[in-house]
Amino acid sequence: MANKHVDQLTGTQTVGHEWDGIEELDTPLPRWWLWTFYLTIVFAIGYVIAYPALPMLNRATEGELGWTSRGQLAKDMKAAEQSRTALREQLAQIPIEQLPDHPDLMQQAVAGGAAAFKVNCVQCHGSGGGGVVGHYPNLNDDDWLWGGDLKAIQTTITHGIRQPGDDATRNSAMPPFEGMFTAAELDALAQHVQALSHKAPDSAAGAKLFAENCAICHGANGGGDRQVGAPRLNDAIWLYGGSRAAIEKQVVKPHMGVMPAWDKKLDPVTIKMLAAYVHSLGGGEDFAPEQQQPAATVDDVQQ
Amino acid sequence: MSSSEAKVVAIGQARTGRSEPPRQDPPEKLYEARRAVHNKRIDGPFRRFKWFVMFVTLTIYYVTPWIRWDRGPYAPNQAVLVDLAHRRFYMFGIEIWPQEFYFVAGLLIMAGIGLFLVTSAVGRAWCGYSCPQTVWTDVFQHVDRFVDGDRNARMKLDAAPWTWGKVMRRAFKWTIYVVIGFWTGGAWIMYFADAPTLVHDFWRGEAAPVAYITVVVLTLTTVTLGGFMREQVCVYMCPWPRIQSAMMDEKSLTVTYKDWRGEPRGSLKKAQRNPDQFGDCVDCLQCVAVCPTGIDIRNGPQIGCITCALCIDACDRTMAEIGRPRGLIDYITLEDAKREAAGEPARPAWKALLRPRTIAYFMLWGGIGLGLLFLLGARNHVAISAAPDRNPPFMLMSDGSIRNAYTLKLRNMVSQPRGMTIAIDGLSGAVMWTDSIGRDQAARSQTVTVPADETSTVRAYVVAPNATPQQDFAFTVRTTGKQPESARVETLFTTPGGER
Ligand code: SF4
Ligand code: SF4
Repeated sequence: MANKHVDQLTGTQTVGHEWDGIEELDTPLPRWWLWTFYLTIVFAIGYVIAYPALPMLNRATEGELGWTSRGQLAKDMKAAEQSRTALREQLAQIPIEQLPDHPDLMQQAVAGGAAAFKVNCVQCHGSGGGGVVGHYPNLNDDDWLWGGDLKAIQTTITHGIRQPGDDATRNSAMPPFEGMFTAAELDALAQHVQALSHKAPDSAAGAKLFAENCAICHGANGGGDRQVGAPRLNDAIWLYGGSRAAIEKQVVKPHMGVMPAWDKKLDPVTIKMLAAYVHSLGGGEDFAPEQQQPAATVDDVQQ
Repeated sequence: MSSSEAKVVAIGQARTGRSEPPRQDPPEKLYEARRAVHNKRIDGPFRRFKWFVMFVTLTIYYVTPWIRWDRGPYAPNQAVLVDLAHRRFYMFGIEIWPQEFYFVAGLLIMAGIGLFLVTSAVGRAWCGYSCPQTVWTDVFQHVDRFVDGDRNARMKLDAAPWTWGKVMRRAFKWTIYVVIGFWTGGAWIMYFADAPTLVHDFWRGEAAPVAYITVVVLTLTTVTLGGFMREQVCVYMCPWPRIQSAMMDEKSLTVTYKDWRGEPRGSLKKAQRNPDQFGDCVDCLQCVAVCPTGIDIRNGPQIGCITCALCIDACDRTMAEIGRPRGLIDYITLEDAKREAAGEPARPAWKALLRPRTIAYFMLWGGIGLGLLFLLGARNHVAISAAPDRNPPFMLMSDGSIRNAYTLKLRNMVSQPRGMTIAIDGLSGAVMWTDSIGRDQAARSQTVTVPADETSTVRAYVVAPNATPQQDFAFTVRTTGKQPESARVETLFTTPGGER
C-alpha cells in the first residue's frame, strides 16, 4: 500500500478520510480486544447450536440441549406443586373447626382458596365475591342463608344448593303462590314484607296474610330460618331484589338458585381452602351455637 | 524536517520502557500486542501520598464490615450493612428503607458533583490516587516487584526463556494474585451479611450460593483487571477519562512537562560540553521508567496519563542530583503553562484551586449534603398508606349500613416494635375493625402492634350508618409510647349512591 496515508506525527496509518481537516488514525486494536471479539462469535455459534434460536417456518430450531421454555415451565410447576404437598397434608388432617387456632395454616388456606376461587367460583359470584343481585348471593356481606361459619360454608360448597342425588345438599323450596292471592292481596303482602325492613308503611291486611302463609318459614317478624334456608326478610339485603314488583314476583313464581356440589370436582382440601377464603371476605361468622339466635332487626342495629 | 517531527522521531528512537517498535514504515497489523509496563520503584512526596491514600482506602474497604453497632435485639449489629433480603441499608446510626432511596440517589449525585469538583480543580486526581483500578493495579505492581525484583530484573525475566525457575516464580506470583483477588471478593460480600457469621458459614460451605458466586466472580475480575489488564482498563475500557477531559479546562491543574524549560533535551555529558544549547531535561528517562501506565509525559497531555505524579517525583530527584531546580515536570494549569513559557514568574499551584467554577461546584455539593442531612433529621419513622377495595367497592350490610374495606400498610421504621393507633378522621358515625380485631369490638380507632423495622398489612373494615353519602375521609396513625409520631392518609368512602 502506498505510504501516503501515514500520519506524520505518530507514524500510524490513517483510514484515508478527512472531516474538516480531522483525519482518523487506523490504530490497530489491542490483542485482548480481538480475542474477546472472536470468543463472542464462538459463543454465539455454540449458543445457536445448543438452544432454540433460528426461526423456521412454524417454529424455531430445537437446539441440541432440547431446552424449551415450555419444558422449563412444566418443570417449575411440578416443583411448585411438590412444595405444596406438605401444606395440603396438614390441611387434610386438621378439622375445619380448628383452623382458626392455626393462624399460619389459616393464612395459607386463604391464599390457596383465593386461587381456587378465581378458577371455580368467579363465574357466578364475581371476582371479588360480590355476587349479582337477582341471581347470585354476595359473599362479602353478613347475611347467610345457610350459616356463615367455616363449617357451614364448607358444607355448602361440598354439597351445593339443591343438587339432586346429594342427600346432604342444601335444599329448600318456596312454594309458588301463583293464583292464591288477588292483586290487591299480593300488593298488601309485599308492602308488609317491605315494612319488615322499614322500607314502607305497614299494611294490616298484608301482615295478616304474612302470618297465615309465610311466618311458618320466615318467622313471625321475618327473621328467616337457617335450618331450612328461609331468607331473612327484615334486613336490608335482598337476594332477588327489594322492590315491590320484585317481591311480588318472588311470591308468585319463586326463583330458587342452584349451586353445584363441588365434592364432585374438587378435593376436600381445596374445598376447605375455599371455605376459609369465603369466610375471610369480611362477613364470616364465628362458630354459632347450634341453636338459632334471635335475628337482629334494622332497628336493633341502628340504635 | 520541522522541529516537531524531529522531536517525534527522537522519542520513537528513545529507549522507552515499552520498547517502542520502529515506526518509520508502519506494518499493516490487525492487532497490537500489549507492551508490558515494568515501572520502577520511586520515592518522593507524591509516592508517599499515594501510599497513604492506598492505605486509607484499603483499610476502609476491608475493615468497615467488621465495625459493630448496637441496634438492640431487633436489628443487625453491623455498622454498615446492605440487607438485601429485608431491603434495608444500615449505615451507623442511619437506616434507609427502599422508599427512601432518594438518600442513596442524593449520595450518588454528591459523588458525581464531587468528581466534577475534584476534576475541575486537580484534573484526574481520582484516577491517579483513589480509583479502585489504580489502587489494585498498584498493589499488583508491588507484588511484581516483590517476587521478580525491580524494573530491570523484571524486564530481563520477561525476555528470558521459560525455565523451570521462571515457571515456579510465575506460579508463585499468580498465586499471590489469586489470594489478593480472593480477599477482594471476600471483603465485598461482608457488606451484605453479618460478617463474622458469614465467614464462619463460608468456610463450612454453608453460605448462600450467591456468596460463593460473587467471590469467584470478583476474584476473577480482580486478577484479570488488576493483575493482567492494568493500564489497558484506563486507556481502552474506562469511560471516565473521556468525560473527565470534557470537565477539565485550561485552569485545571494537571501533570505537565515544561518543554519550554526542558527542550532541547540532551544527556548530561552533551549539555556540559555545550552549555547554553540544551534545556534542563537530561533525557534520563526516569519519568518514563516510573510511570505505572508506561507513557512518556514529555509527549504532552495524553489519555494514558492518570496524573499520579510519580514522574514528578522521579524528575525532581534527577534535578536534585544534577543541581537544577525542581519542577521540570509539575502540576500546573495550561493557562499558567502558557504564561510561564512566555517568561512570566510561576504561580503557586494552590491558586488554581480557588476560582469561581470550583467554588460553585463546592457550594452545590455542600448544599445537597446539607439538604440530605436536613431530610435525615426531619424524616418520620412511621407511615401509612391505604388502598380501598375496588371489587366490590362497597358492601351493603344486613342492617342497612355500608361497609368499605381497605388494605392499610403501616410502616414502623425503628428497630423496636411499636403500638400504633389507627383512627378514622371524618366520616361521622363510622366505626372500624380489622382482621385481627373483630366487629364486636368495632370503634373509631384500633390499636395494633407493628414489629420492629417492618411494614404490617392490616385489612380495615369501615362501616358507616345507613344513608351516609360518599365522601373523603382519612386514616390517621399515631404511635403509642414516648416520642409519639403520626402520619395520615386520605382516601374515599364509596356508597351505592355513587356521586356526592
Ligand atoms: S505520565 Fe506521570 S503522572 Fe502520568 S501516569 Fe505516568 S507517571 Fe503518572
Ligand atoms: S525524568 Fe526529567 S530529566 Fe529525566 S527524562 Fe524525564 S523529564 Fe527529562
